[in-house]
Amino acid sequence: MKNIRNFSIIAHIDHGKSTLSDRFIQFTDMVSDRDFKDQILDTMDIERERGITIKSQTICLPYTAKDGMTYHLNLIDTPGHVDFTYEVSRALASCEGALLLIDASQGVEAQTLANLYLAMEHNLNIIPVINKIDLPSADVDRVMTQIEEDLGLDPDTAIQASAKEGLGIDVLLESIVQKLPHPTGDAEAPLKGLIFDSHYDPFRGTIVHFRLFQGTIRPGDRIKFMSNNAVYKVEEVGLFQIVRVPQKTLSAGQVGYLIAGIKTVSDTRCGDTITLRDHPCDAALPGFKEAKPVVFSSIYPVASDGYGDLTTALEKLKLNDAALIYEKDSSVALGFGFRCGFLGLLHLEVVQERLEREYDLSLILTAPSVRYIIVLNDGSELIIDNPALYPDPTTIEKTKEPFIRASIMVPDRYMGAVMKLCLDRRGINKNYQYLTNNRLEMVFELPLSEVIYDFYDKLKTVTQGYGSFDYDIIDYRETRMVKLDILINGERVDALSQLVHRDRAEERGRHACTRLRDEIPRQMFKIAIQGAIGGKIVARKTVSPFRKDVTAKCYGGDITRKRKLLEKQKKGKKRMKMVGKVMIPQSAFLSVLKTDDN
Amino acid sequence: MKISDGGKPSLFETASNPKHGIYVHIPFCQRKCAYCDFYSLTDLTLRQPFVDSLLQEMALVTSDEVRSDTLYFGGGTPSVLTQQQIETIMQQAKDLFTLTPDAEITMEVNPGTVTQDYLNFMRQIGINRINIGVQSFSHNILEFLGRIHSPGHATQVIQQARKAGFDNVGLDLIFGIPGQDASTWQDDLKTALVFAPEHLSCYILSIENGTHLDQMRKSKAFEPAPEQHIADLFCITQQILKDAGYEQYEISNYARIDNGEKAWRSRHNQKYWSFAPYTGLGPGAHSYRAPLRYWNVRDVGLYSAALAKGRLPIQESEKTTTEQQITEAIYLGLRTCDGIDIAHFEKLFQIDFNQQYGDTLKTLYEENLVIVDNSRCALTSKGMLFHNSIVERLIP
Ligand SMILES: Nc1nc2c(ncn2[C@@H]2O[C@H](COP(=O)(O)OP(=O)(O)OP(=O)(O)O)[C@@H](O)[C@H]2O)c(=O)[nH]1
Ligand code: SF4
Ligand SMILES: [Mg+2]
Repeated sequence: MKNIRNFSIIAHIDHGKSTLSDRFIQFTDMVSDRDFKDQILDTMDIERERGITIKSQTICLPYTAKDGMTYHLNLIDTPGHVDFTYEVSRALASCEGALLLIDASQGVEAQTLANLYLAMEHNLNIIPVINKIDLPSADVDRVMTQIEEDLGLDPDTAIQASAKEGLGIDVLLESIVQKLPHPTGDAEAPLKGLIFDSHYDPFRGTIVHFRLFQGTIRPGDRIKFMSNNAVYKVEEVGLFQIVRVPQKTLSAGQVGYLIAGIKTVSDTRCGDTITLRDHPCDAALPGFKEAKPVVFSSIYPVASDGYGDLTTALEKLKLNDAALIYEKDSSVALGFGFRCGFLGLLHLEVVQERLEREYDLSLILTAPSVRYIIVLNDGSELIIDNPALYPDPTTIEKTKEPFIRASIMVPDRYMGAVMKLCLDRRGINKNYQYLTNNRLEMVFELPLSEVIYDFYDKLKTVTQGYGSFDYDIIDYRETRMVKLDILINGERVDALSQLVHRDRAEERGRHACTRLRDEIPRQMFKIAIQGAIGGKIVARKTVSPFRKDVTAKCYGGDITRKRKLLEKQKKGKKRMKMVGKVMIPQSAFLSVLKTDDN
Repeated sequence: MKISDGGKPSLFETASNPKHGIYVHIPFCQRKCAYCDFYSLTDLTLRQPFVDSLLQEMALVTSDEVRSDTLYFGGGTPSVLTQQQIETIMQQAKDLFTLTPDAEITMEVNPGTVTQDYLNFMRQIGINRINIGVQSFSHNILEFLGRIHSPGHATQVIQQARKAGFDNVGLDLIFGIPGQDASTWQDDLKTALVFAPEHLSCYILSIENGTHLDQMRKSKAFEPAPEQHIADLFCITQQILKDAGYEQYEISNYARIDNGEKAWRSRHNQKYWSFAPYTGLGPGAHSYRAPLRYWNVRDVGLYSAALAKGRLPIQESEKTTTEQQITEAIYLGLRTCDGIDIAHFEKLFQIDFNQQYGDTLKTLYEENLVIVDNSRCALTSKGMLFHNSIVERLIP
């Protein structure tokens, strides 16, 4: 156990966590040069395409230190984006230490702070790492000051590195061994392990990722999940070393996986405690705080018979995405589906893409909404996150919406731009304070509904990439909401309804209609798109019909070209939903919320 | 033929259409027209090396078993070839391909390129059908299209063709040109009818990616004609030509009917729509031998280089799947006014036509877009305007 170190790499998005993991992996010869690729731990297609980490990944590295001893370094690479903080916090629960990376040219940003606080909550030992020192724009002294003044850490403990160039890696590995504590826990005591993640394997069933705090586990053991008393016989235990490497035993302090023929997907819960059926431990571990979804949207299959497949897919995805919550939902326009809660818009997009890619589904997501509290005339309260359930307005006494406290860190030259952006979104400026090096922390209170869609992108744009943002939900405040309905050729499409602030309702209605007009392809008849509040039409757009849709000529026997075009059109159509006679593309459902053309 | 089709007999060869068509692509033009995305070059010095390669290609694909009843010189502008060049190609075709005695031998002609002497010569060496790229009888429109000829050239060439003895003359016209009003188009049609051509192709101008016209549109040099206006012109065309004794047999093609009987359809073009086998020669030319489609490289240099090494200049070939064949059968069938031959379709694909398409066809029928009887399924005059949308609703 003295030779084990469990640590996470944490940082603001893009500060180089996955690249640093690459260097550790190469330094310890975990993969051959031939099999190596950049950000090797970002295994999902969607991570590679977007160049960001979405899932935390564990890898166990054998490292021979200067003292001649071989250590097992359990490294967890974590995501930096604010939507995936839940991944970070679960990773931290199985560690004793953390490397906090800071990009030498960007300096401390919002998630640097947020993740530092998370690590402190878990009482972890922290090694600050100044990364990207190879960049011409690197300013190590500035970052040193920030580490001292903004983070309150000792800058002398910081290690300078370039993950890209491989500078400082050896120093870093040595200090992990020397400065981070080894795990503690009795390998002879009754088994006590924390499930911090899992995934589904079509051949082996559920693969449980866990950290052992006590005891020893080996194939053949009868284990029990303490939350539901489900019992399984362990088939295999092992370590993550890019691939799964089976071991004879795992014991206290180690991080690894187990396979136990778990076919009932819902048996495995993140945060649950694993023990032995016949020698249970005294009490379960505290587990994790539930993820608190902030954005809600309904998911429907495009195929009319796709509900069953979607159900199975969600169950399996849930194993690998503990933050996802869902319940059954139905829509007149779209049939059966699920109402889902997400940690943010990126999380929503990721869930959609994973369901589509990993489970080969074609899906429609409805316009995302936050959760409102509605006080009815009779004094009772309703909690609503689905516009379809919005009650008759005459029965409503008042409506409350969630507010956040947003902390925005920017160089002071962008102060005006940020101020404008936040005020446009109904924000209230509470405070601002100077940080080191001409940077500001601006604090706003904002309605959550105003930031869920594209606030972060907008912030990036107006601050030319220098602004960063973190938020907490603070309270619910009284507001004036109305339900905006969309009618297509006179028929209300429930899946397109949204709750909007009264003062902006008309503008939003016009906007939604314009968006839909641009998204809905022309057909052989005219398509009227109307926005309505109560019974009143507030906006109207039309998609003009085709007056002709014919190709003049087939080119000298080139039938292939035209056929390919038809095949492409047909494929596009499979991703559209028929509402009445009108084909509505998948993308249209989310487009109504986008604020302008980009 | 040295191309193997897997030894299977063609799915589509029917008793009425057993014979082969041969298309020869001549990739040269004096100048590129503004709307054109056909493969052609303006460097006429390359003509002779190209002709040499073409003769080699013909030698490579030749086969005794295949009887051809059409030969079609298209392009590009075949009439930029010298008389001697045309003659060698014709001679090679006669020597190497088994042309039926009644074969339809067509050459496309650009009015700006030929003389009476040239036309006489064409007729003399056995070309029996001429297709003249008139496009318009309006000065302004010809200029807009970037054509090299004037309206006068066109009328002159038509008359010279008659004088040379051509009794099967086709004219190409284009409509839906920005700024073209209904009466200008009617005038074009009426002028064309003065010459009583055996065949008329009336194409809607389409602005293809990468053409000069496309650039002009992007720079807002003109506004494309409104769809409704084009639709109106399409209907006007149908009416005027019907009244003048022409049968529309395909979306863009009309044939003169003589004595209520013989219609002067283009035998060659019908092969494309009826799944008859055809061989395309020259760069970029397409060939079909069910279920195989293949095409030549679209580059004279690569074309000649392949042939110099004794290889066919084929760029790619694809074996169409049943599903793709169904798509093609619907797409092509509905382009023709005879429509899809239901019994034939059912036999080929083992599909119950009514069961498969009945519901969709019923809606289309109610909207007056298709006509279906026991033997055939075709688009109505209105339906033709929506050919693409309709096909999309039917294909698998
Ligand atoms: N110049 C330079 N670039 C680096 C260095 N480390 C990482 N990068 C680059 O920074 C970008 C982001 O690197 P990642 O390793 O994906 O960052 P990350 O922290 O894992 O990002 P998330 O997982 O999305 O939070 C990539 O383009 C890297 O090549 C470095 O030391 N120097
Ligand atoms: S003459 Fe015909 S092939 Fe040549 S450029 Fe003009 S349209 Fe194209
Ligand atoms: Mg990463």
